[in-house]
Amino acid sequence: MNASPQLLQLEGVRKSYGDGVTTEILHGIDLSIGEGDLVALVGPSGSGKSTLLNLIGLLDRPTQGRIAIEGRAVENLDDQAITALRGEKLGFIFQSHHLLPGLSVIENVMLPSAAARGGFQSNMKAPARALLEAMGLGDWAEAWPRQLSGGMQQRVAVARALINDPPLVLADEPTGNLDTETSDQVFDLLRRQNAESSTAFLIVTHDWDLARRCERVIELVDGAVVYEGPPAGLRSAKQD
Amino acid sequence: MLGLQLAWRFLREGRTQSLLILAGVTIGIAAFVFVSAIIEGLQVNLLEQTLGSQAHITVAPEEASPRALMSESGVAFARRIEPSEPRRRPFDQWQRSVRRVEATEGVAATCPKVSGSALAYRGAAEEAVTLVGADADRLRQIVDLRANLVEGTYRLGGEDAVIGTTLAQKLGARVGDPLRVRSGDRESLLRIVGVFDIGNEMVNGRWLVTSLRNAQTLLNRVGDITEIDARVAEVYEAERIAREIEARTGVPTESWMERNRDLLTGLRSQDASTTMIRIFVLLAVAMGIASVLSVTVVQRRGQIGILRAVGTSRRIVLSVFLWQGLLFGLVGAVLGAMLGAVAGELIESSALFDISVTPRLLFTALTVSVATGVFAAYLPARRAANLDPAAAIRGDE
Repeated sequence: MNASPQLLQLEGVRKSYGDGVTTEILHGIDLSIGEGDLVALVGPSGSGKSTLLNLIGLLDRPTQGRIAIEGRAVENLDDQAITALRGEKLGFIFQSHHLLPGLSVIENVMLPSAAARGGFQSNMKAPARALLEAMGLGDWAEAWPRQLSGGMQQRVAVARALINDPPLVLADEPTGNLDTETSDQVFDLLRRQNAESSTAFLIVTHDWDLARRCERVIELVDGAVVYEGPPAGLRSAKQD
Repeated sequence: MLGLQLAWRFLREGRTQSLLILAGVTIGIAAFVFVSAIIEGLQVNLLEQTLGSQAHITVAPEEASPRALMSESGVAFARRIEPSEPRRRPFDQWQRSVRRVEATEGVAATCPKVSGSALAYRGAAEEAVTLVGADADRLRQIVDLRANLVEGTYRLGGEDAVIGTTLAQKLGARVGDPLRVRSGDRESLLRIVGVFDIGNEMVNGRWLVTSLRNAQTLLNRVGDITEIDARVAEVYEAERIAREIEARTGVPTESWMERNRDLLTGLRSQDASTTMIRIFVLLAVAMGIASVLSVTVVQRRGQIGILRAVGTSRRIVLSVFLWQGLLFGLVGAVLGAMLGAVAGELIESSALFDISVTPRLLFTALTVSVATGVFAAYLPARRAANLDPAAAIRGDE
C-alpha cells in the first residue's frame, strides 16, 4: 500500500485524558505515511481525528505508543527539540485559517521561516511572494488578512504551511468553512502542490467527496482505525 | 529579534488598547517625576536655607564647668557656683586640630573661628551682637557672605567689619560708617565695609564679622579660637564625619544633623512619604500593564497557539510579552518624564523654590519604569508561553 519512503510512523499510539478517572480517546493506532502521500483521515465527530492530528503534529504527546518522523522517535525529545522539529518537518492548515491579524499577508506566510531563523528577514520575502503568486494572491502580499475573503485567507494559510518546504502538511478540515466552489479551489491547490512536490498531505475531513479524491483514506471510529486503503474500498453507505 | 518584531506588531494591531495603557504609564511616570522633583527641590531649598548660614560641622571644646566645692567627706556644700571667665576652655593646639579636620575624608573646607557676645554702638544706638572673627577666604568657604552682599565689599582686613542688613538697619549704619564695639572692658573702633543679607534673620540681625585678630583681641582670646567650622562634600555624611573628627581630635564635635534634629526628622518623613507615593504610583502602573497584557494573552490564545504550531519556541512567546511590557515602560517613561518636567516648569514660577528635573531623576524614572514594565509583563508572558498549543488553537475556534 505504502511503497514511498516512510515519513511518519505510529505504533500502538494511545491517548487518554483526565486525572484519576481517565477516558481513552485513541486505542492503539498504527499507521504510516510515506513521502508524497495524499491521505484523508475521516470519521464521525468525537472519533478522535483532531486528537490524532495533534499527536502527529507534535502539539500533544501520546499516553502510550511510539511516533517517529523520518525514523526519529519523538517521545523522548524535550519541548525545544519538539518545537524545532515541528517547524522544520510539519506544516499546518486549520479549519479557521488562523492568520495573525497584526501581520500583513506576506508576513503571515513568512512566519514559519521567521520562527526557524529567529526573526523576519528581508531575504524571506522572495520565496513567500512566489508562493503567494502560486496561490493567485501575488497582488495581496502587503494587504492585511481582514481585507481578504475566507477562501483567499485559507490560500494564504496554505502558503504559510508550505513556506519551509516541510515533508508533511497536516490539514484539519481545511475546507470546512468554505463554500463548495472555494472548497474545490483550495483542495485542487493542495493536490497540485502534492503532485508537483514530494510533500505529503494528511487531510482531516468530514467531506466524503473530498476524501474520495485522495489516494488513501483512513477511517477512524471511536478512537480506532476501522479502514485504511483506497477510497474505492470505503463502505457504500458513506459514499452517497 | 522575532519577539520584539511580534511584540511591536501586536501593540500596533491593538492600537487603542496600547495607547490607553501607554497614557496610564505616562501619567504614572509623570506623577513619579513631578512629585520627586518637587520634594527634591523643597528639600534642597530647606537645606540651603538651613546650611547657608551655619557650618556643617563644628568642633569646639566644652564649656568649662565650675567644680563643686566639696568638704573633706565628699559632700558638696555650695549649691550655686558662678562660672569664671573666660567661660570657654581654651582650644588647646587648635592649629593641629585644624590640620586633622582638614585631613579627614569628606571634609571640603575648614575655618578656625572665634566668636562671642559683644555690644555695638553707633551714636545713641546700641545693639547686642555676635562678634565673629575669621579669615575672610576661609569663612567664605563655610558661610558665603560675599555672594550675599547687598552693599560694599567683602573684606576683613585691618579694622574692617561686615554686618547683616537687619543689624545695619537697627544701628542706622551704612557702608563706610565707623562702629564702636565693646566686649567686657575691651573696646575697638571698626569700620563697616560691607552689608549682607543671607536670608536668616538671626544672622542678619546679630552677626558682626571682622578679622580673627580683631575678634581675638576684643573677646580676650588672643592666639586662641572658640571653634573650627567645617563644610563637607556630602551633607548627609556630616554626622558620620563628625564622629570621625571627634575621634581624631578628641574635641567635642557637632554636626548640623544633631543641631537640626527636627528638620532632619521632617526631611526623613518627607522622604518616606515620597517613597510611599512612588511605590503606589509604580504599583498602579504595574497593575495596569499586567491587566492589559493578561487580557491580551486571553484574546490572543489562538494566535499564540498558531505561533507555537509553526515552530515558535516558548522562549520567544515569553519574550513577545516581556517586550510589550518593556516598550510600555520605556515609551511611557520618556513621555512621562517630559510631561513631569513640563508640569514642574509650569508651577515653578509660582513656587518659592527651584523644581529641578535632574538627569539622575530622569534616569531613575526610566530605569524604574522599564523594570516595572518587564516585571508586570512577566506573569502574563509566562502564562502565554505555557499555553498548550493544541488547546489554544481549539479554544480559538
